[in-house]
Amino acid sequence: MFDTGRDTFLKDSPEIFNRYRKSAFDDFLRLGIPDRKNEAYKYTNLEKFLNHKYDDYFFPRPEDFREAERFHCEVEDLDVWNMVLLNGFFPNGDKGLVMLPGGIWVGSMRYAVKQFPALVEKHYNRYIEDGSDGLIPLNTALASDGLFIYAPKNTVYTKPIQIVNLLHSDKDIFVQDRNLVVVEEGAQLSLLSCDHAISPQRFLTNTITEVYVGRNARFEIIRVQNQHNNSGKITHTFIHQERDSYASSNNISLHGGLVRNATWHHLGGENSETHSYGLFLADKEQHIANFVKVDHTAPNCNSTQLFKGVLDDNSSGAFNGRIMVHKDAQKTNAYQSNNNIILSETARMDTKPQLEIYADDVKCSHGATVGQLDENALFYLRSRGIDAREARLMLMFGFAHEVIQNIPIEALRERIDDLVHKRLRGELSRCASCAVQCN
Amino acid sequence: MEKDQDKVLNEVTSGEYKYGFVTDIETEVIPKGLTEDVVRLISAKKEEPEWMLEFRLKAFRHWLTMKMPSWAHLKIPVIDFQDIIYYAAPVQKKGPDSLSDVDPELLKTFDKLGIPLEEQKHLTGVAVDAVMDSISVKTTFRETLAEMGIIFCSFSEAVREHPTLVQKYLASVVPYTDNFFATLNSAVFSDGSFCYIPKGVRCPMELSTYFRINTLNTGQFERTLLIADEESYVSYLEGCTAPMRDENQLHAAVVEIVAERGAEVKYSTVQNWYPGDKEGKGGIFNFVTKRGICKGDDSKISWTQVETGSAVTWKYPSCILRGNNSTGEFYSVAVTNNYQQADTGTKMIHIGRNTKSTIVSKGISAGFGQNSYRGLVKVLGKAAGARNFSQCDSLLLGDKCGAHTFPYIEVDNPTAIVEHEATTSRIGEDQIFYCNQRGISTEDAIGLIVNGYAREVINKLPMEFAVEAQKLLQISLEGSVG
Repeated sequence: MFDTGRDTFLKDSPEIFNRYRKSAFDDFLRLGIPDRKNEAYKYTNLEKFLNHKYDDYFFPRPEDFREAERFHCEVEDLDVWNMVLLNGFFPNGDKGLVMLPGGIWVGSMRYAVKQFPALVEKHYNRYIEDGSDGLIPLNTALASDGLFIYAPKNTVYTKPIQIVNLLHSDKDIFVQDRNLVVVEEGAQLSLLSCDHAISPQRFLTNTITEVYVGRNARFEIIRVQNQHNNSGKITHTFIHQERDSYASSNNISLHGGLVRNATWHHLGGENSETHSYGLFLADKEQHIANFVKVDHTAPNCNSTQLFKGVLDDNSSGAFNGRIMVHKDAQKTNAYQSNNNIILSETARMDTKPQLEIYADDVKCSHGATVGQLDENALFYLRSRGIDAREARLMLMFGFAHEVIQNIPIEALRERIDDLVHKRLRGELSRCASCAVQCN
Repeated sequence: MEKDQDKVLNEVTSGEYKYGFVTDIETEVIPKGLTEDVVRLISAKKEEPEWMLEFRLKAFRHWLTMKMPSWAHLKIPVIDFQDIIYYAAPVQKKGPDSLSDVDPELLKTFDKLGIPLEEQKHLTGVAVDAVMDSISVKTTFRETLAEMGIIFCSFSEAVREHPTLVQKYLASVVPYTDNFFATLNSAVFSDGSFCYIPKGVRCPMELSTYFRINTLNTGQFERTLLIADEESYVSYLEGCTAPMRDENQLHAAVVEIVAERGAEVKYSTVQNWYPGDKEGKGGIFNFVTKRGICKGDDSKISWTQVETGSAVTWKYPSCILRGNNSTGEFYSVAVTNNYQQADTGTKMIHIGRNTKSTIVSKGISAGFGQNSYRGLVKVLGKAAGARNFSQCDSLLLGDKCGAHTFPYIEVDNPTAIVEHEATTSRIGEDQIFYCNQRGISTEDAIGLIVNGYAREVINKLPMEFAVEAQKLLQISLEGSVG
């Protein structure tokens, strides 16, 4: 596909994308699609999704965009600036690259390369790690558009920016989108990314998001993943932080046939802080995996990781987290926690929380549990007249809420609470406007 | 009184490896290298039956197809497997029937190591199988134990005298195809201990094997097989030392334990191979495969290890919990100082219902040491009610060492409860200050705190070993302060 589509790629894509394509594709050919022999994919089997023959896909048709525009987010009271991406592409037209009040630029990578060539040059393909995962060079080789956000020095936009990633097509497609977020010194940015599939075709998304967080800057990202069981979603997020910065990442995976979120937090400057949260609810044949690496290379940094999962039916979950503290990263304070509840006989959870520490003046701890609801807590509730089903729901909801409460946007927090509640009750958890009856 | 104190202090702070001497004794060695002929030669030297040779050759042919594993968090120089002597034996008259037949030079060696082979001198009631290089020198208390039906002898003797037992259990826990080093061991293993506890017998004394590497350029490949029949109990100890040399020497052992219904096996190791000098030169490469199977219901296997020696340690004593209600335990203290590296931990495989496992691992790194815990807790679909608790703490002394934790948890049953927790930190300045304030020097304070930290594990050791282990901890960390 790479060779046959080359001309289309090269013609339509920005020069900087093309520059890395060849070597990235060679890397991909060398590494191949990660199989279970790759330590990071030990518990995640991509075969079912990657062995499918996806159609060639280069750019959406205008009618697809019109279809997409009918979609609207229905979260009440959610005060955000909103933008819709279709299959990883921006609609052509005036929304190509816009400046929000406060001076933050949002738009398509294609437009960004023209308007900010030096900036893209400086940050594109710079924060990528993990030389063993073939999907990363595959994205570099094939991506031709994606989201670009640029918050220049000391800019603040009070509302979150919401990006709705829609998947809609009449063919089965493999989407490769490439995002770049640059938050310069002193700037603040909150990003909400929602994934929806609005047609029942098979989709596979392989996303890379590179984030640069400058000195004293603040960046938050919340991902809400709600796709049907025929879709696969693989994300790689690389967050690079400078001195005195703050970053947080929330991955809420409510639905999806295969979801794998990989997040790298690189604490490159002193006194910075990073948080990684994740919650997943899996049932049917779903597989949801979270991979996190927090890399402490500078002293006096704090990090937390909190990942929770509830597994039902034949679903499986995986967690693979690592705290790495380099030699000079003294006075590091790092915490990692992964808790899982298994509800059915056939569900399965594999967890691999890891510490790799080369500095001595540190406080690092981690914990992992796989189990059921606490019998004593259940008894306590039942002895107060709450029936068994309700008591279980309350406990599960409390379990999930520990992650949800870290979502920095209140309206969204309530909405997620609500979705999780519904999901745990066995009611439909997708947004009402979802066109796909996937349950 | 004061003199005594000085002596103790001296002993504790001398800090050198005490067991680094070489015994000058006539040793029979075969040429370096590993070929099919060498395997046949070893087998011939030991006058083994045909089935044993077949087993070795099968393993050897399989080994040729394997590669040395590289997944561990260790930096190991390339090992030339053709540059090792696979068989070295102190020359002695055939079959020492009594102690007077044993070479006095050998006796002296073991005396010096604090392992008395003379039964009457024994106060502690420990039966010892002493292994030097490739062969077993002497097994004490054999007759006393035989009266109770307990078989405790060297592996070679077991092959000759109890072939049905050996054939039944050999490689039943660690198959010859298991891993690179276990396969190598299966092909060339020279000796080791064999122990069988019959039904309903509670072994009255501690059984122990002491391993000593003496000859230059040899590798030690011993194999231990421990069978506890129904409702029996045994506590087993293992100790080891080697001379100080600039070359690295290879030690690749296999230990197999079978616990039948209601049996309990306690296996303790104090590993004190030569760790190499302060520049990281020399030392033993310790690649050991240890595994026990709780075959029957209500059985229990408990591993306790204190790892202070070796340049490189690669060791994962494991339990396969097949019987219902069976229990597996793993208690470990691993110390790495100077340039030592350790990648150690355990595997708990829960197969039976209501199986329980406990893992307590304490890592201490100092100097340039790298210490990793790597463990697997696996709960299979049928293991209803399985329970695991793991705790892995790491202590860092110095800013050039590393401590790592790589747990793997795989759960396939909804009624299982698996918990893992780990912390990494250094000794608190406030703790040291508290001790200093009370007139305890920083050095001693650290010894105190480290011993307190490791206490949970050391308490699990038999008493004689516990004292030894505490001293060892202090010596291993000598010079790591400041």
